[in-house]
Amino acid sequence: MENVAEKTLADKYAHIKGWGIDADPENEPTYPIKHWTGDDHKRINWKRPPLQPVNIEVLHSIERPNITAVFGTSSPPSGLSGAIRRYAFKYSEGNYAHWFALVLADRVNMVEGIIDDIAHGHFPNFFKERGWTAEWKYNRKAMITKLAIGAGVLIGVAAFLYARGGKKKSLL
Amino acid sequence: MLAMNFRGPFRVRIDRKPYPEILHPEDAIVRVTRSCICGSDLHLYHGLVPDTRVGMTFGHEFTGIVEEVGSDVTKLKVGDHVMVPFNIACGTCSFCKQELYGNCHESNPEATAVGGIFGYSHTAGGFDGGQAEFVRVPYANVGPTVIPPEMDLDDAVLLTDVVPTGYQAAEMGGIKVGDTVVVFGAGPVGIMAAKCSWLFGADRVIIIDHLEYRLEFAKKYAQCEAYNFRSLGDPVLFLKKTTDYFGADVCIDAVGAEAAGNAIQTILGRKTLLQGGSTTALHWAINGVKKGGIVSIVGVYGPTGALVPVGNIVNKGLTIRANQASVARLMPRLIDHVLSGRINPKEIITHRIPLEEVSEAYHIFSAKRDNCIKTVLIPPRAA
Repeated sequence: MENVAEKTLADKYAHIKGWGIDADPENEPTYPIKHWTGDDHKRINWKRPPLQPVNIEVLHSIERPNITAVFGTSSPPSGLSGAIRRYAFKYSEGNYAHWFALVLADRVNMVEGIIDDIAHGHFPNFFKERGWTAEWKYNRKAMITKLAIGAGVLIGVAAFLYARGGKKKSLL
Repeated sequence: MLAMNFRGPFRVRIDRKPYPEILHPEDAIVRVTRSCICGSDLHLYHGLVPDTRVGMTFGHEFTGIVEEVGSDVTKLKVGDHVMVPFNIACGTCSFCKQELYGNCHESNPEATAVGGIFGYSHTAGGFDGGQAEFVRVPYANVGPTVIPPEMDLDDAVLLTDVVPTGYQAAEMGGIKVGDTVVVFGAGPVGIMAAKCSWLFGADRVIIIDHLEYRLEFAKKYAQCEAYNFRSLGDPVLFLKKTTDYFGADVCIDAVGAEAAGNAIQTILGRKTLLQGGSTTALHWAINGVKKGGIVSIVGVYGPTGALVPVGNIVNKGLTIRANQASVARLMPRLIDHVLSGRINPKEIITHRIPLEEVSEAYHIFSAKRDNCIKTVLIPPRAA
């Protein structure tokens, strides 16, 4: 028997190409996202792909027994940030010490990046790297306002400190 | 080769990096022809994802031409033009066998909670991504799909993340014919989720955001109702009133960690990183859905805890469904939807920018300048 309510809606949305085409009454919470095969009960017992040679330092979660068959080779841990990352990986993914240490490492790494750039004779162009040429193009008025406010605050602080310094001297 | 280079929060630049190498028998090297900046890339760009290392190349939505293949690659050959899912999946672990390609257990040593993702920090495996001229693609027999000859390249690149993520958001909502679906977030994924909700038979689709130009676009593109939460007052109360004080059947969180709209959440989740993102949209979804309703989450959150009204989830008997999109599972269906004209992804692209201008591209997308909705980077050797 035809579902009248569904047919009415189909007529209502006839102008929307494909309306209702994927309607699936069986789409209950575990279907079709996961096609249950029973493999879960075999645990980590599948035939592993060939392993990528480990030629760099790869930190791995202590919630797994080994390194995955493939891994990324971008930016291996190094320097102070690398030491912090190694510390972070002593903790499980459920531990704040793991994640907060990694965030700290990221901020340290940013400073290391600037030092590394300068050491290689490249002074970072912050204006360019932050995409402010686009801001100049699309939001010039607001950018000028922000720069003016920033400059005003800086001048104000400098003037205050200068005046304070002069006052202290006069008291001596 | 030219590649995007992350230098710290809000700082990226184009640099020369070494050409990628085959490191595994199932690897391929792909010459990138299109690469998008995703809304979730902005979480990296803003410094919100732990273990995002300086020197990394982002980019998990890309198409490209196969330049080299490893000895065990049988599915692809040199010269194939492919779309590469954002998930890196082995195809053999328990999770991949059950089509949970976003949860592969053999592609990310750094974290067990997520599978490998191209260019998405070391929390997602430490793989350099596709915002470059060339990229290494592991497990080339599993994810990459040859682009049908009749498919537009701009449509193809959006099949690597935006379309499947939007589609799966609607799919996880378990939408029944006649349902009212509310999508929080009118970014590319939210717009696509609204569009796809109709395919499952929704009777009413509502999208909520605070950027007027995106709401205007969503209204036309996804043929849905669009509301600005700044003018709604209390979005939850609005949803209750507009559904006869019942609540929406399905709510979709397509915002994630950088949700606006609540000062406390913003301070905890975005400014101080004391929780894994601002959960404002998720709050609204949980509180705005009906009792026994379904909340589908595709917005990206950080790995630490975050404040959500768990009591309301329990008391309302809600079903929470969430995952990274399983792109390889959905690809055949979505190719059919695109080729038949039911979904027209490339219409959401507002900016096509040369890869060399990646710093400006990130700023435009991040700061929502020039009515930006979706940005595609085009490498110099794309043609």
